[in-house]
Amino acid sequence: MTQFRTLAVSAAVAALVLAACGGGTTATPTATAATQATTAPQATAAATVAVGAVYKVGAIFDATGPASSLGVPERDTVKMLETQVNAAGGIKGPDGLMHKIEVVFYDNQSQESQSVLVAKRLIEEDKVPVIIGPSQSGTTLAIVDTTQAAKIPLISAAASFKIVEPVTDRKWVFKTPQSDSLIMENALAYHKKVGHTKLAWLSVNNAFGDSGRSELQRLAPKYGITIVADERFGATDTNMTAQLTKIRSSGADCLQIWATPPAASTVTKNVADLGLKLPVYHSHGIGNQDFIDLAGASANSIIAPMGKLLVAASLPDSDPQKKTLTTYTEQYQKAYGKGPTTFGGHAWDAFNIALLAMQKAGNDPAKIRDEIEKIKNFVGITGVFDFSDKDHNGLDNRAVTMVTIDGGKWKNVP
Amino acid sequence: MTRRDLILLGAVAAAILVAPVFASGYVLGILVTTGLYGIATIGLVLLVGLAKQVSLGHAAFYGLGAYVSGLLGTRLGLHPLVTIPLAAAAAGAVAYLVGRPVLRLRGHYLAMATLGLGVVFQVILNEWVDVSRGPSGFSGIASIAVPIPGMTRDGRTLYVIWAVALAILALSLWLVRSRAGRALRAIGDSEIASELLGIGTATWKLRVFALSAAYAGIAGALYAHYVTFLSPQPFGFVFSLELLVMAVVGGIASVWGGMIGAFTIVVLTEVLRRSLPSSLPGASGELELVLFGAALIAMVVVWPTGLAGIAASIGARVTPRLRRALRPAHG
Amino acid sequence: MTSDLAQYLVTGIALGSIYALVALGFVTVFSVTGAINFAQGEFVMLGAMIAAQLVRAGLPLPLAAVAAVAGAALVGALVHQLGLRQAVGRVSPLGLVMITIGAATAIRGLALLAWGTDPRTLPSFTPGPPLEAAGAVIDRQTVWIVITTAAVLGLVYLLFQRTAVGRALRACAADLVAARLVGIDARRMGLISLVLSGAVGAVGGVALAPITFASYDMGLMLGLKGFVAAVLGGMANAPGAVAGGLILGILEGFATPISSGYKDALAFLVLIGVMLVRPHGLFGGGIGLGRV
Repeated sequence: MTQFRTLAVSAAVAALVLAACGGGTTATPTATAATQATTAPQATAAATVAVGAVYKVGAIFDATGPASSLGVPERDTVKMLETQVNAAGGIKGPDGLMHKIEVVFYDNQSQESQSVLVAKRLIEEDKVPVIIGPSQSGTTLAIVDTTQAAKIPLISAAASFKIVEPVTDRKWVFKTPQSDSLIMENALAYHKKVGHTKLAWLSVNNAFGDSGRSELQRLAPKYGITIVADERFGATDTNMTAQLTKIRSSGADCLQIWATPPAASTVTKNVADLGLKLPVYHSHGIGNQDFIDLAGASANSIIAPMGKLLVAASLPDSDPQKKTLTTYTEQYQKAYGKGPTTFGGHAWDAFNIALLAMQKAGNDPAKIRDEIEKIKNFVGITGVFDFSDKDHNGLDNRAVTMVTIDGGKWKNVP
Repeated sequence: MTRRDLILLGAVAAAILVAPVFASGYVLGILVTTGLYGIATIGLVLLVGLAKQVSLGHAAFYGLGAYVSGLLGTRLGLHPLVTIPLAAAAAGAVAYLVGRPVLRLRGHYLAMATLGLGVVFQVILNEWVDVSRGPSGFSGIASIAVPIPGMTRDGRTLYVIWAVALAILALSLWLVRSRAGRALRAIGDSEIASELLGIGTATWKLRVFALSAAYAGIAGALYAHYVTFLSPQPFGFVFSLELLVMAVVGGIASVWGGMIGAFTIVVLTEVLRRSLPSSLPGASGELELVLFGAALIAMVVVWPTGLAGIAASIGARVTPRLRRALRPAHG
Repeated sequence: MTSDLAQYLVTGIALGSIYALVALGFVTVFSVTGAINFAQGEFVMLGAMIAAQLVRAGLPLPLAAVAAVAGAALVGALVHQLGLRQAVGRVSPLGLVMITIGAATAIRGLALLAWGTDPRTLPSFTPGPPLEAAGAVIDRQTVWIVITTAAVLGLVYLLFQRTAVGRALRACAADLVAARLVGIDARRMGLISLVLSGAVGAVGGVALAPITFASYDMGLMLGLKGFVAAVLGGMANAPGAVAGGLILGILEGFATPISSGYKDALAFLVLIGVMLVRPHGLFGGGIGLGRV
């Protein structure tokens, strides 16, 4: 028994030590008055209406394991939104009553088999009428069969087009991030516009890099672009100089990198250290402040296609998303002491789409599904969504813009 | 196989048979996962417990089985009844090829070789896109649920997976009592002595390694037909370690330990996930990791022989008393 | 073309010296307790994260580095007192490995709770443009890593060879039972070895964070590569571990231009080949897991 006591006491001490070092990163979200764009469900501010039953929403995010940098901001975003909605009295259901929202969160540890287990649990034990998440394409594709068989709508925060296509086979599945083909088309169109023809490719060897690579191989000929180098690195590699050395002698006129931080930052630093004189392009994978913090001065003047979240401040006032984006940025900053990521934005979209459908459909899964397909012109974080029975992603070119970094700040490419 | 083993096997089989009547799809999912990990862990128990060798790359055999069965099914349209045995054979064959040169050396080179094999396997899955379909993975793998009218797919999958799991349990229980098992234990006790007695240690070690890899291959193939989606990510080093953890927690001295360890770890993960948010508001995945690690340390420190060892020692204390208590009744 | 080759070599040395530092920590614990410490990578992570956190809070880098090393050494002590202390001599070596896996999982979870998933930066020891030699560029921090590795190796070597504690540590490594008979407190030696490996790991973390950044999950990959380097060098042999790390790094550096996708596979295939030819590591000593 003494062993156990020592164990418990010392574990607590260790936890305290670590927590003290950690500072205030685990602050709880503060509720703020909901002043969203008109289409977002939080706008319902009728506190006098009678109260109905609580609506449940299931949420699976990859909060630990290799994809935790996606899952944690997603979970935190939804926690913040849940608090906000309930502070405003909940949402108004089709019965005219106000319904509080209860989000049931599960972490799938970035594992596909765990994803299946928690999906079954949400459906059968927690009896949720709709599920948002998971964070990765793999953990999402692993549960598509389960949710389809149970006829529960799933709104994924992962990117692969395979999640929602062909739509005839994916009746119950939706997703909020832009597909890689959309991003790649914009990148290649830009390369063509500035006159690049010989492209050197360098990607991370996981699902993210692989998806970009296959889109590149499919689309490059259409834009008259030849791939003169095709190199890979691991997501946890610490030095990519060898790949860049090979690219240096490949005769390329531009370098297109497809990766996420920290590896994306490491490779950017390596480019600068090696003195490689090529214009450097990235993907939407670098879409958070971490990339700049880590890469430092070497991040300046890179160009990347991505959503508008990071350049919200520099958008013209006429942009339909500007208000939604700046509001989310301010609220997230206030709640967690740091800027939001595009991943959190995907979860913001998924949660609000679920609520929007529940306002019309209550907690009936089949009706929620039908209502999601009817959502038009929904101003979200990732873009403006127009769902239909043929399009379960609902995004178009308006959801992508070219950004650059100037003096350590995100800027729109003029 | 002792009579007690037979009774236990019967009890487990009966429990599995009636489970779909009482349990939700989620609980059936837990049992399915236990069965999958259990099959692979039993292989490790044989390897560690009998041949005194460690594999740090069993996830690769599991993944190889999954990919062989999944790819043959989706690409050539072969039936799982054909592809699952092929998956087992493929995993066993790779283990044989890797083990042959390594196991001739005395010592623990197999640990390093399997660690390397695991890394090489991951790289091949990620890079040989034309065959493996790369890091993005592929779906559309046939389900193995047997067609029983009026039963959910979870229940029907459970039957298939546990039919295999029970067969493997029985085979392994028989194996450790057979001539092969005695030979393997002799190797474990003293390698030099058994050489002198004329037991070809390298040959026996190689066979048990290939068998344990084949078990993992079968488990992986069943996994592929259960989840119906495959990507390289689950089959990395971390999963190899998790399988070893299950074997040690369950107890490497007994075949049952493999199944007990798998069940304990799967249930522990679920219990932590369930009880944490209700007892500690705001607690989430991060704390699960911490408690899981602490529980693992505590289990090994408190029960170094694993849970099966505990069960055996309780059994050894209880059985004579039971016999004595029952004797008058028998006359 | 020759400048390309020089660059591959330099890159390999940069990679290898990182692996070497991690491998040193493995060797320290293994040679004394017989446990393969899978939490070694987490010590590296703790060093990097604590230093990054303190620098962000305004502490000067040298002070933050000292605090980080002390913090990781403390955690090393906890790993010993809470798990290994009760287990060494009573639990099989494989059981010891399980304890270190449990410790690694718990440490990673605590780090995730405390710091979240965002990677952190640490400033270079001496900022400035990269250095150039023989047509190859090398950044200044990599030079610092090489220097640090050499210094740590020297200190560990002196400690083991020239001090009373070192002699006791070596006695435990050679024969635990005999060491106890001559009155050496084996548990105390175990504690010292864990504190030492925590500190060595943290030094590595502080030195390499300016290059690789610090994140809660950096320990796993570093631990794996460091372990391989340690085995390659003979597991119980400190200079061997450093050489093993350098060889692994240089292998990777030259495998990359052959095929960047297959580079890790190539490096491991060469390793397995070497193992078959030189079973006891390149520099003698023992290998593997001891008794299971």
